[in-house]
Amino acid sequence: MKVSIDGVYKSFGHTEVLKDVSLSVNEGEFVTLLGPSGSGKSTLFHLIGGLMTPDKGSIFLNGEQVNGKRGLISYMPQQPSLLPWRTVLDNVLLGQELSQKPEIEKGKDWLRKVGLGDYENSYPSELSGGMKQRVAFIRALLSPQNLMCLDEPFSALDELTRLEMQRWLLSIWEEHRRSILFVTHSIEEALLLSDRIYILSQRPAAVIEEINVPFSRPRKEALPFTDQFVAYKRHIYDVLKHEV
Amino acid sequence: MKFRVIWKKAGAVFLLFGILVIWELAVNWTDTPAWLLPAPSDIFSEAQASYPDFFGHVLSTIYLTLLGFLIGSSVGFLLAVILHILPKIRDTFYPILILSQNVPIIVLAPLLIIWLGFGILPKIIVIGLVCFFPVAIAALDGLKNTSSELKHYLNMMGATKYQLFWKLELPHALPSLFSGLKISATYSVMGAVISEWLGAKTGVGVYMTLASSSFRTDRVFVAIFTIMLLSLLFFFVIVIVERIFTKWHTKGVDKSESKH
Repeated sequence: MKVSIDGVYKSFGHTEVLKDVSLSVNEGEFVTLLGPSGSGKSTLFHLIGGLMTPDKGSIFLNGEQVNGKRGLISYMPQQPSLLPWRTVLDNVLLGQELSQKPEIEKGKDWLRKVGLGDYENSYPSELSGGMKQRVAFIRALLSPQNLMCLDEPFSALDELTRLEMQRWLLSIWEEHRRSILFVTHSIEEALLLSDRIYILSQRPAAVIEEINVPFSRPRKEALPFTDQFVAYKRHIYDVLKHEV
Repeated sequence: MKFRVIWKKAGAVFLLFGILVIWELAVNWTDTPAWLLPAPSDIFSEAQASYPDFFGHVLSTIYLTLLGFLIGSSVGFLLAVILHILPKIRDTFYPILILSQNVPIIVLAPLLIIWLGFGILPKIIVIGLVCFFPVAIAALDGLKNTSSELKHYLNMMGATKYQLFWKLELPHALPSLFSGLKISATYSVMGAVISEWLGAKTGVGVYMTLASSSFRTDRVFVAIFTIMLLSLLFFFVIVIVERIFTKWHTKGVDKSESKH
């Protein structure tokens, strides 16, 4: 499972949003797109999701060109986007339902695993913000597509919940590796979670630097306080500073 | 505290009872003749006396109401779905939907009888015309105003139009569809009575016309109260069905209310 985006351009009218963006995600790799708000990260996701087609350039999935093809990725948006009339379990199975027969037992197992077993039959309105995001993540994880696209999934949460959710995501992902393309504007979040980071420039977005994150997995809780982490953080900050 | 709870639950009943008491007293004090305004007690005893004869009329009206309501609201719902799926047609048809409500039923009904005779068809059309509109408008709005965030999620996941409709738009439209159904349910009884004025053999409307033309004001009020009761009953049936179908909705609302 390999995704590569090759020299993609996209404009809306006279506004150039993406300018020669190239990147790739390898099998089981956690890749983050880091950039200022409004730098076209969401547009890039829309292209990968097939909602739009690039003006120029191609998107490849396992070597096959998939420009404008939908249903090939699993997606976790910024807002949990759970259907309020469905129970937690039925929400978790929604991603599968769209393309195959839902695996009810697997859904139940996962909910139990992440401590939401008691909420199987609850409605989303009865959950807290963090719990909703967990449900949304499990839904994305259970969807049959191999590439998971996570669009600033924790940015709407409060600081403490966000930290907790980052640890939680790491623990699950390090156990069940899937290819993830993660979008964020938090430097620390990017460094904490990913294998590789692409830094995007201000609009029109282009990749200005690619960073291989050297920290070993599983990532330690004290990692953000190490000198190496701080040094990387400063470096990325300097790169981004010229962009804002 | 306890008093407030009782008042919240049964306040309407107390209010209604109060009005009836004032009415009764006012009629007695001013000595109003019964053909002008009968006292509630007179109306009640008339209802008891004429019950065996009246009951058949009520059954016939209920039958007509149910049939008209089912057909009218089904047509309204289907119309909403079709207009939703074909947005190009929607803009053309929407004004016609509104215009259909500007035709005075009282004028249209005799015409329908001229065209279609005294059978059940013109009556169903009258009730349907009253019923379909609230359902169609409510359903159309409900289908259209789906949360863009949920729609975006399903689109990103590659949902087809068909899946989008069944998994998102239709369930999302249910609460507003039920609002439309509640309005239609109350209108449908009135629609049935009006349709009966124009040449039926039985029904509350027939009973009412006969009563008012023979100055049996007490019987007119029996008919009026029956219509109110039927509308209320019908309304509550819809509320119960709504509770069953939109459990999530009421559950969420209850929760947010208890938080305050």
